[in-house]
Amino acid sequence: MNSFLAANAELLITIVKIALLLFVVLTVNAYLTWFERKVVAHMQSRWGPHRVGPHGLLQPLADGVKFLFKEDPTPAGVDKFVYFLAPLLALALALTSIALIPFGPDPIRFFGHDIYLGIAPPDVNIGILALFAVTALGVYGVALAGWSSNSKYPLLGGLRSSAQMISYELALTMSVVGVLLMAGSFNLKKIIEAQAHHPEWGILGWNVWPQILGFFCFFVAAIAETNRVPFDLPEAESELVAGFHTEYASFKFAMFFIAEYTSMITVSCLCSIMFFGGWLSPFPASWTFTHYLPSAILIPFGLWVIWDGIRYETIFGRIILPGVGTVIAALGAVFVVLPGVNEFIQGPFWLVSKILVFLFVYVWMRGTLPRFRYDQLMSFGWKLLLPVSIVNVILTSFVILARMQWGGK
Amino acid sequence: MTASLVVFFVLAALAVIGAVSLILQKHPIHSALSLIVVMVALAGLYLLMGAEFVAAVQIIVYGGAIMVLFVFVIMLLNAGVEEHTSISKMAGAPGLLLVVALAGFVAATIARSAESVQTASQSGVMSSTKDISNMIFKDFVYPFELTSFLILVAILGATVLAQREKN
Repeated sequence: MNSFLAANAELLITIVKIALLLFVVLTVNAYLTWFERKVVAHMQSRWGPHRVGPHGLLQPLADGVKFLFKEDPTPAGVDKFVYFLAPLLALALALTSIALIPFGPDPIRFFGHDIYLGIAPPDVNIGILALFAVTALGVYGVALAGWSSNSKYPLLGGLRSSAQMISYELALTMSVVGVLLMAGSFNLKKIIEAQAHHPEWGILGWNVWPQILGFFCFFVAAIAETNRVPFDLPEAESELVAGFHTEYASFKFAMFFIAEYTSMITVSCLCSIMFFGGWLSPFPASWTFTHYLPSAILIPFGLWVIWDGIRYETIFGRIILPGVGTVIAALGAVFVVLPGVNEFIQGPFWLVSKILVFLFVYVWMRGTLPRFRYDQLMSFGWKLLLPVSIVNVILTSFVILARMQWGGK
Repeated sequence: MTASLVVFFVLAALAVIGAVSLILQKHPIHSALSLIVVMVALAGLYLLMGAEFVAAVQIIVYGGAIMVLFVFVIMLLNAGVEEHTSISKMAGAPGLLLVVALAGFVAATIARSAESVQTASQSGVMSSTKDISNMIFKDFVYPFELTSFLILVAILGATVLAQREKN
């Protein structure tokens, strides 16, 4: 048994990592729905979910149970195989893409094995290309769901979705070429390291400043790829009932839902990694006191949750919230007490913070912008995003060439 | 039997099954799906040979862009189950002969060059992106530019054809 463990350590570690990441991603997905409903509600002067659990925190759990126990009818006349394949495909591809993302710079030493955060090994040479390959296949989930339902609204949703993805994938791919030129690699880790050439520059060294055009194109195209507002034409509920997933119920619908939220997380990860320095701190490297920032945020937040919890109206909330607050504050305290742990969590802390900011921007846009009309969508993609991203590639190449010629590099 | 050999046979079987299913399926969407399986399995084979860039591009271009266009057009035309005419049934006889001839040809080629195939898969030449771009943009830059010019002409032709006639 021990020899088996030793011989297949890499395999076992990977399986454990997959299980762990799956758990984390699905939990984050669940709370992302809570976060979205809460933020949009507050933007519209409502309370949002607040009945199930304190501050509605158990609402995702209730939703999950509801999804599992709802009746799951298969409409007459559907193409059975494709109808069942579509949600599987959507979810599997969304989860695969997140497996390619590195979450931290340093490995954990564990019984003589270097364990990196993230499933794919950090030296995957085609990191970003592999990600695009997976997202390129992602459109089939939506398109096939629309087609196989044998119903007019899903078909229209599926058609819109394929047209939208074909149009915006070009801009999406072109917009990252500038970043790739600057890093000289497809490897996500190297792309981040290329942004740390000047450790004292901090936030000013990130790709977002020289690649502001690229970032604009990438972010807009990525929102279109994930079918989110204002590009949610495939599921426009005021026009197409629910678009491509009209005929799906119960857990098959939940799979589309989870896939959409997972792609939101992937896009946020990519934005942070390619344009916002990934796990790099925005402060100059010599400001070591900023390393206490995670604790300085976590401890007051934990204390605030405790303070908020003991005044909560239900007894359940008065027990749960202070408990959660204590855990958060204790985590912050652990980072202060153990410097080794504190150093290790710096990278993941910044990456997760940036991801959270982008997720907030996603929700913010949903609360702010109206949906595009179909012709606006097409002309925006082809006449604005694509030319701008091509200009960005040409500009970046010229600047890099000029620096090679005259900059002495 | 090494792990990579197992993976090879799984991918090869997937590609062959996908190709056969592509022909046998009655509905165009099912055929398109089979073709996607073939593309992805081929990409896996490229990856197995160490050609990472080619594998990724295979999925992005063929598996993604081109096949999405196929599926889109099939959906847009709402193509139904394909019909079999008497001619298409008659075409089976010469087709079978061709299959036998092609299989024999491929088998003969493999039998003659079995060793070189093995070494080619192991040496991993032309694997890195840098090698490929050096080849395209230095050694074969004129054929490459000529091809892109050809594609440009085709795009212009398509635009002209698609344009509505002005009265």
